[in-house]
Formats: sequence, structure tokens, C-alpha cells
Amino acid sequence: MAGLPRDEAGTAASYASLARPLLLPTWLIIGVFLLLPVLLMVVYSFLTKEFRGGVEWTFTLAAYEQFFVTRGLFGDEPPSIEWTYIIIFWRSIWQAALATLLCLVIGFPTAWFIATRPPQSRGIWLFLITIPYWVNLLIRTVSLRFILRDNGPLNDALIVTGLIDAPLPILNSDVAVQIGLFYSYLPFMVLPIYAAVERFEFALSEAAADLYANRWQVMLHVVLPAVRPGILAGTILVFIPALGAFLAPDLLGGAKAFMIGSLIDEQFRGSQGNWPFGAAISVILMTLVLIALFIQARAASRGAS
Amino acid sequence: MDVAVSIRNAVKRYGATTALAGVSLDITNNAFFTLLGPSGCGKTTLLRMIAGFEAASEGEILLFGQNIVDLEPHLRPVNTVFQNYALFPHMSVIDNVAFGLRMKGVEIAARRAKAGRMLELVHLSALADRLPSQLSGGQQQRVALARALAPEPKVLLLDEPLSALDLKLRQAMRVELKQLQEETGITFLFVTHDQDEALAMSDRIAVMSQGLVQQVGTARDIYEVPVNRFVAEFIGETNLIDVEVTRVSDGMADLVLPSGQRLRCSSAATATGRHALSIRPERVTVTPDGQLTATVERVVYMGSDLRLLTRLEGGREFTVRIQNAARTAVPEPGARIGLKLEEGAARLLAD
Ligand SMILES: Nc1ncnc2c1ncn2[C@@H]1O[C@H](COP(=O)(O)OP(=O)(O)OP(=O)(O)O)[C@@H](O)[C@H]1O
Ligand SMILES: [Mg+2]
Repeated sequence: MAGLPRDEAGTAASYASLARPLLLPTWLIIGVFLLLPVLLMVVYSFLTKEFRGGVEWTFTLAAYEQFFVTRGLFGDEPPSIEWTYIIIFWRSIWQAALATLLCLVIGFPTAWFIATRPPQSRGIWLFLITIPYWVNLLIRTVSLRFILRDNGPLNDALIVTGLIDAPLPILNSDVAVQIGLFYSYLPFMVLPIYAAVERFEFALSEAAADLYANRWQVMLHVVLPAVRPGILAGTILVFIPALGAFLAPDLLGGAKAFMIGSLIDEQFRGSQGNWPFGAAISVILMTLVLIALFIQARAASRGAS
Repeated sequence: MDVAVSIRNAVKRYGATTALAGVSLDITNNAFFTLLGPSGCGKTTLLRMIAGFEAASEGEILLFGQNIVDLEPHLRPVNTVFQNYALFPHMSVIDNVAFGLRMKGVEIAARRAKAGRMLELVHLSALADRLPSQLSGGQQQRVALARALAPEPKVLLLDEPLSALDLKLRQAMRVELKQLQEETGITFLFVTHDQDEALAMSDRIAVMSQGLVQQVGTARDIYEVPVNRFVAEFIGETNLIDVEVTRVSDGMADLVLPSGQRLRCSSAATATGRHALSIRPERVTVTPDGQLTATVERVVYMGSDLRLLTRLEGGREFTVRIQNAARTAVPEPGARIGLKLEEGAARLLAD
């Protein structure tokens, strides 16, 4: 009995001392795979560009200056705001937001449908949703190119059914990027909403209908507040990767539909790359994402209280 | 006497199971009407059909003369107190209570005032701003009641609203519910499987079993003049003995007890022959000159009264309840006693 703690404080303390060594793997993983890469990226963004990719260990703000400031084509004009990258950012945010909205509009009814099936068949529906994701994203995005191109199955089908006369130039447009983003991230919207709807107490919607709420009012006043956490989670899970996506814009959007992901990707490719600039763009992107997450967390906690 | 709800030959089937096998009922306006029956007899099904959550397989449901079977739930002027309360977890107590008025388009000041009055009625004004999760079971039950009463429904449906409460609270709520019904004048259709609850509160009771209404009447009716074996056994405690009926007329029967003695009593049976006679345990006195003779097997002490478990001469068990008064002479087990039926104690059953 001598080794046992006498009181609760003693118990808590002895568990705490035990917890430290047990938590070591967690700290290692967070440190090596999260903190270290981010730190590296932040440091690189303040270094000088080496001629053939890579960095020189000299501190400079050149990368951030390149992002925000222009001195004209030949560098001899007075400094003014560089809009190129800000516009790319704005386009990316806009595209990602639109894709998120699209995923929500399609994903919510899908999740609702699955969650309201008999319990035995829900598993099958979820399985069907996830099947395409067993194939590599690159391959699926390339396949989309074939589906969307001028003489691809989509246009062929539309022409055969007489809906259009000439092929729609979908490929290499913002629409194609939207389709690609939507397709890539839809399950990340469906799954959290499904989980929330499945937990929803349907007796509550009966109670609301009993109290004179029509279908829309039941949805608005009772269902949505209850599944809100699922919607918020889905929104984040789609918006953030969509913001940094580069496969869909690269392969489906062509030159016009340039997004942040492609811009960063370009900075680390071959000898034309600019590592500090790529790192700086990443840092700016991460800052934006953190701000978005912070706003979301505030909204969520306000909803909960 | 207006009829608030009229159910005409309502049938409900779920695949192969028949939950309601043809129920017809008239529920008078401003009454406290109870559906009483064992688990699975179809009470909830009937209530949900009136509220509109289940479609009837056959039959009609009239609300003040209007057939409502095709009306959506939100268009029916009835409100429900659900068995598990189903309070909206993200809304405060007052918002829960005001919800029905809000959906009806009552503007905010008016509906808050009304909801406040409803909370006063159920003694919960102090907790108006709490969330349902911060309330005890009994308090949640009152919120559910206030929420259903606030829009002033024409009929209030209550599905075993007291079953989750402890005995003391349940007994207190019985009185309160009855008072509330009298004060508001709203027709209450109350569902329970607890006969004490039904007897204590109801103006009229429909006893249900296996998807059918067995008997409708006042508490006194169904207790004292049950129509069949099911009602006699389900309501309270009773002794059933087989008797030979020699003559029936005008609801009275002449019969022969197993002891050979003759008896005349009220009858639900309309034919002579062998029938079951129901005798309530408390309507029998222990005297040497009884119509029945029995041997005492056990004496069970119940506090306010004593229960004598006896066996009749023919071998049937027979329970007698006697008051635990100071002057009561308690027979010992093994004693042979005579049992005298009080006036009107026996009732001949139809089946
Ligand atoms: N959705 C359903 N599907 C199939 N059978 C059902 C369904 N709902 C009810 N039943 C059946 O209908 C019968 C009546 O059920 P109901 O819920 O009306 O009983 P109840 O009288 O309310 O019982 P309790 O006192 O236990 O609540 C039962 O046999 C039940 O199994
Ligand atoms: Mg029930």
C-alpha cells in the first residue's frame, strides 16, 4: 500500500508524472511533421534566392516584396502595389468558396438522403460515395479532362440528346476548375454532414411540425441548428484544401485559371523556381487560412453558447 | 355536448402487424379523456394518427366534424406532449414555449408575453432562460406541457408524459394536469398504461387491448361494471370464478356459485351457461355466514390494509382485502373462513 497516493491531488500528480513520458511520441510527431516543416518554410521565406533553385543563407525581405510591390517591368519605376499575386489569391479564394458552396448545395441533400435510409443500407451508400477516392487524385483529374473535352462523352451526350449543337468549350475554363474542385472534395462535405444528420433526433422535427412549422421552417429552425457543426466542419474540410489545390486548376483550367496552388508549385519546379518566393506565398496562404479558422471557431463557439 | 375528436373505424397496419384493428371513439369537448391499455396495444399509434404523424390504413378521424386524415401535421390544430418531451435543445425554455406561436406568426412581444404566462402556469418562470439540458426531468416535462399549451390547441395529446417521473412527482403532476385541464378548458387526450393515473384524472377512459377498444366509460364504470375479462383483470385487482348462469334479463343475471348458493348480480353476459364472475377483493367481508368458504393460505401485510390469499373449496385462488383497523380480527393461515359478498360486489362478465 505504501506506493499508492493518499489523496486525489496525489493521484492526479502521479498520473501527470506518468503522462509526460507517454506523451513523448505525440510531441515527436507534432514536432517533426508539423512544427519543423512550418518553421523551415517560414525561415526559407526570409532567405535569398539561389540562381538554380535552393537558397542562400542571407536574410532578406525580397520574397515578400516581390509579392506585394512592383517597380515596373525593368525595375526602374517608383514602387507601387503589385496586383498580379493578389489577384491570383483573390481568384483562388473565390474559386474555393464557390466550390465549397457547390459541395454544400449538393452534399447536404446527399448526406440527408444517406442518413435517412434504413440503417442496414447506409453503409452501402457511404461506400459508394468513397469508391472513386480509392483511385489516385491525379488519375481522376486527368480522366475528367477526357470527359470534359470538346469531343468527350459529356459533349457527345449533350449533342446526341439535342440540347446543344456545337461542343461546349468547358475544358480549360473556370467551369472545369469548379467541376474538378467539386469532384475532388465532395466527400469531405458529405461525411461530416452525414454524421451530424445521423445523430439528429427526428422526434424534434415531429415536435416542430406539431407546433405548426412547415417543412422549410422545420429545416431552418430545428434541423439546421442541430447539424450546424457538421456543416461547419465540411465547409472547412473543403474550403482549405480547395484553396491550395493545384491539380484541378493545372490540368483542367489551363493558363487562365491560375490558382495559388499552381503558383507555389511553380516556384519549386526545376531551375526557374524561386524557393524563398514559394515559401513566402505559402506563409501568406497559411496566415489567411489561420484567420479563416479563427473566424470559424469564433462562430462555432457563439453558436454553442 | 360537442364532440371534439371522432374516430371512425380507424385501422393501422404495419406490414403484417395490425396496430389498430378498427377503433371507433367519440371524445367530448372540454373533457379529460384517457386511453388506457397495456404496452403495445396501439395507444401511441392512435395518438400519432390524430397528430398526423401516421397515416390511417382505413377509417376517418374527425376534428370538430372536419375529416383531417389528409391534413399535414402542421395544419392540424392539435398539439402533443411527447413521451420523451422532444424539447429543442438549442433554444431556451421560453423560446421552446414560444415556438408554436412563432410558427403561427404571432409577433415577438405578444408571443413572449404569452409564453411567460404559460411558464407561470407550470411554475417555471424562474427558469425561462435556461436550456432544456439544464433542467430536471420533471421541469422538462412542464416545459413540454407549456410548449404544447401555448398555441391554445383545440385538443392536447399527451403520450405517457408522466412515465419518466418518480412516484411522488407523478402523483403531484396528476393533480396539476387535471387542474390545468379544467382551467384551460382544452380537451385532453391522455395516454397511459398506468391504471391509477387513468382512474385519478379522467372524465372518461377507453380501455384498449390488441388494437381494439374494449370498453369506454367513467372510472367508476370500468372499475365497477367491466364488460369483459380483460377489463376486469386489467383495472385493479379482481377474483374470477366460474359460475353457472341460469337466467339473464335486463342486465341482471341469476347464477349458481360453486358452493351451490344462488346469487343475483349485474351482468354483461346476455346468455345463460358458464361464465366468469368478477369479485373485487375489497368488496368481500370475512364472516362465518358467507356465501363462499375458503382456507387462508397466507396473510400479506400491506400497511393500510391486509391481503388474505385464500383458496376456495373448489380449489380456486381467491384474494380478500381487509382494512388494517385496530378492531380487525386477522385470521391465521390454515383457518377456514366464510366470505360474504357485499351488495353489488359481483359482476358477471361477457366472456
Ligand atoms: N413503425 C412501426 N412498424 C411496425 N410496427 C409498429 C410500428 N409502430 C408500432 N408498431 C406496432 O404496433 C403496435 C402498437 O404500438 P404502439 O406504439 O401504438 O403501442 P402502445 O400502446 O403505445 O405501447 P406502449 O405503452 O408500450 O407505448 C405494437 O405491436 C408495435 O409493435
Ligand atoms: Mg406508446
